[in-house]
Amino acid sequence: MEHMRATPLKRKYFTPTVIFLSALALNGLIFLLARFVFGIGAVTNLTNENPWGIWIGIDVAAGVALAAGGFTTAALGHIMHKDQYHAIIRPALLTAALGYTFVAVSVMIDLGRPYFIWHPLLMWNGNSVLFEVGICVMIYLTVLYIEFLPIVTERFIGRVNLPGFLKSYNSFVDKMLRLLDKGLEKTMFIFIIAGVVLSCLHQSSLGTLMVIAGPKMHPLWQTPILPLLFLLSAVAVGLPMVIMESLVTSKSFGLKPETHILRDLANMVAPLLGIYLAFKIGDIVIRQTFVYLTEITPESVMFTIELLFGAIIPLRMLLSPKVTKSETGLFIASFLIVIGVLLNRMNNFLIAYTPPYQFNSYFPSIGEISVTLGFIALEILFFRWMVMIFPIVSVPEVVAPKAKYSIKGAIK
Amino acid sequence: MKEISRRNFLKFAGVSSATVLAAGDKPVKAAPKNILADNRMGALVDTTTCIGCRKCEWACKTAHDMPTPSIDTYADRMVFNKMRRPDDTALTIVNEYKNDAANQFPINVKFQCMHCDRPACVSACIVGAFTKEENGAVIWDTDKCIGCRYCMVACPFQIPAFEFSEVLKPDIKKCDFCFDRTQQGLIPACSEICPMEVITYGRRKDLIDAAHQKIKNYPDRYLNHVFGEEEVGGTSWLYLASKDFNKIGFPKLGKDPAPGVSEAIQHGIFAYFVPPIALYALLGGVMWINKNKKISDEEKEL
Ligand code: SF4
Ligand code: SF4
Ligand code: SF4
Repeated sequence: MEHMRATPLKRKYFTPTVIFLSALALNGLIFLLARFVFGIGAVTNLTNENPWGIWIGIDVAAGVALAAGGFTTAALGHIMHKDQYHAIIRPALLTAALGYTFVAVSVMIDLGRPYFIWHPLLMWNGNSVLFEVGICVMIYLTVLYIEFLPIVTERFIGRVNLPGFLKSYNSFVDKMLRLLDKGLEKTMFIFIIAGVVLSCLHQSSLGTLMVIAGPKMHPLWQTPILPLLFLLSAVAVGLPMVIMESLVTSKSFGLKPETHILRDLANMVAPLLGIYLAFKIGDIVIRQTFVYLTEITPESVMFTIELLFGAIIPLRMLLSPKVTKSETGLFIASFLIVIGVLLNRMNNFLIAYTPPYQFNSYFPSIGEISVTLGFIALEILFFRWMVMIFPIVSVPEVVAPKAKYSIKGAIK
Repeated sequence: MKEISRRNFLKFAGVSSATVLAAGDKPVKAAPKNILADNRMGALVDTTTCIGCRKCEWACKTAHDMPTPSIDTYADRMVFNKMRRPDDTALTIVNEYKNDAANQFPINVKFQCMHCDRPACVSACIVGAFTKEENGAVIWDTDKCIGCRYCMVACPFQIPAFEFSEVLKPDIKKCDFCFDRTQQGLIPACSEICPMEVITYGRRKDLIDAAHQKIKNYPDRYLNHVFGEEEVGGTSWLYLASKDFNKIGFPKLGKDPAPGVSEAIQHGIFAYFVPPIALYALLGGVMWINKNKKISDEEKEL
């Protein structure tokens, strides 16, 4: 078997796609600026009836779910010690770190008083689900950055080259990096396990968030097992997200995709998705809420789309070897699951939510949509930038000098 | 190298189980103040006597230093053509509902925060900016609020309003049961001004008794239901009416306290941090076993 080694990808940064994404990002940033100058009310369609919009439903709730690749691959590679998957851990880690960073930024811009974002660190309300989600996400974000540090040290050890008069510090910085690297190597397992635990906690608590809305939430989604459903769907979407990303990255950088690894991953998705589906269907059967599906309402239509295209069809696809053997098949199945989870979060937070006194229904404004699209574009741009600077994507290495830092962090 | 890490690992495991033991006998940290004093106050609204003069709206704004036109303008009954809700410019509002019975006056209903006994807003608020006070009032602290609006998502009566047009320091606005006034021994401004004595301020217990007495004395006049006595676990504001409450603007709600299920789930997941730490230990064990298995596999290969 040929050896794989993570390395910075040297390519031209600006391609037509990148330029298009930059335009989207810029457009989003302009509306973001407007939000800080004119207030939330001026840029969004939020009202007292619908206090939360797509900045929470998509940017935060779906963002957290779609960053699940970070903890699922960490569990697979480091905790289960499936070494063959190490090639996918770094891209997944980077996506998670970027994803959670943008979640934090999205929360920040949606807060009425962003400058008080640190308050939950001091003012605890143990009964508040949001408090739990907030604290877990803050700690997990820190853990993600720590998990990313070895990639930074690997990139710069032996290559420190400060400009100008700082040159004399080169060897000192190098020493510090080596020290840091060694310390990280010994303690990384603490952070890896913590990362998985924290993820399980806040992924499920995110599901508990809307439980308190009680009858404001449509019965198709309002269930006491929401936390379990959120956790299961996050676990199920982690690997499809990684597969999709890996296919896009290799296509965009002209690399050969690791189809055999991706196929193995895809084979693990089917049972995970199956478990989620079983609980989801079991839930509407036991609570007998399937009766709501017999009438045609926005809720029933959205629920059907979510379940059919986001879970049932991709599950059927993944069970067919023909699909998992083809790149296109893998891509479509993963894409559907990703969209399915995105829809599910949007449905839970927006479609299912109907306040008792409603005079106007909520539809996101141009400003809200622009900011959301802009953030997604920015995330992709950062991803591309990072994989060009840091050793993240693995490429086959013909002459294989054993990479010293390949399996950083596990118990050795 | 291998040895050191294993030792670190065991040390860490030891520390975490010690933490569990230490945490075991302490109550969960800093839940917000949520006291239900037996002699807490309440307000009973008899919707059958309200004439819709909206003087209570004016008094409320005046008591809270909110901008308001002169009291004469409130006589204009055109506002009743549209259903209104309390918001950031009006903490209480009066709506008018048609009375189907022939030759009957329309029904006017004053509405504001219900000051729940088990308030969803208090349970939900991420920083504990909402508190249930001993006298029954549910009040909000501007120095804590971060503006996340989760309280709005949680409130079963859709009461907390947010100043969406405010850029720098938007507030959450809702009726505070005239907390400043009641602290000084005054009664709420709306109750004080009402010419028809629609709003009775008093001990919640007494009010419930009085309400049931009224129903008993005038069974034709009142529906046998005191809204707020049991809804969402009880509220400080209580209502009497002649007509189905759902037809005069009250949401259909059960008797369970609004935050009940979510708090139970939340505390189940965390229960003194035992489940997370157990999961941590489990994953650590799995990691350790897998690592050892891999080492022995490699040794076999050699
Ligand atoms: S002041 Fe009294 S009578 Fe007038 S609208 Fe308010 S509650 Fe009704
Ligand atoms: S009515 Fe709403 S805002 Fe008022 S106490 Fe109850 S939950 Fe809180
Ligand atoms: S908006 Fe303010 S009061 Fe409401 S939940 Fe958030 S922090 Fe608490």
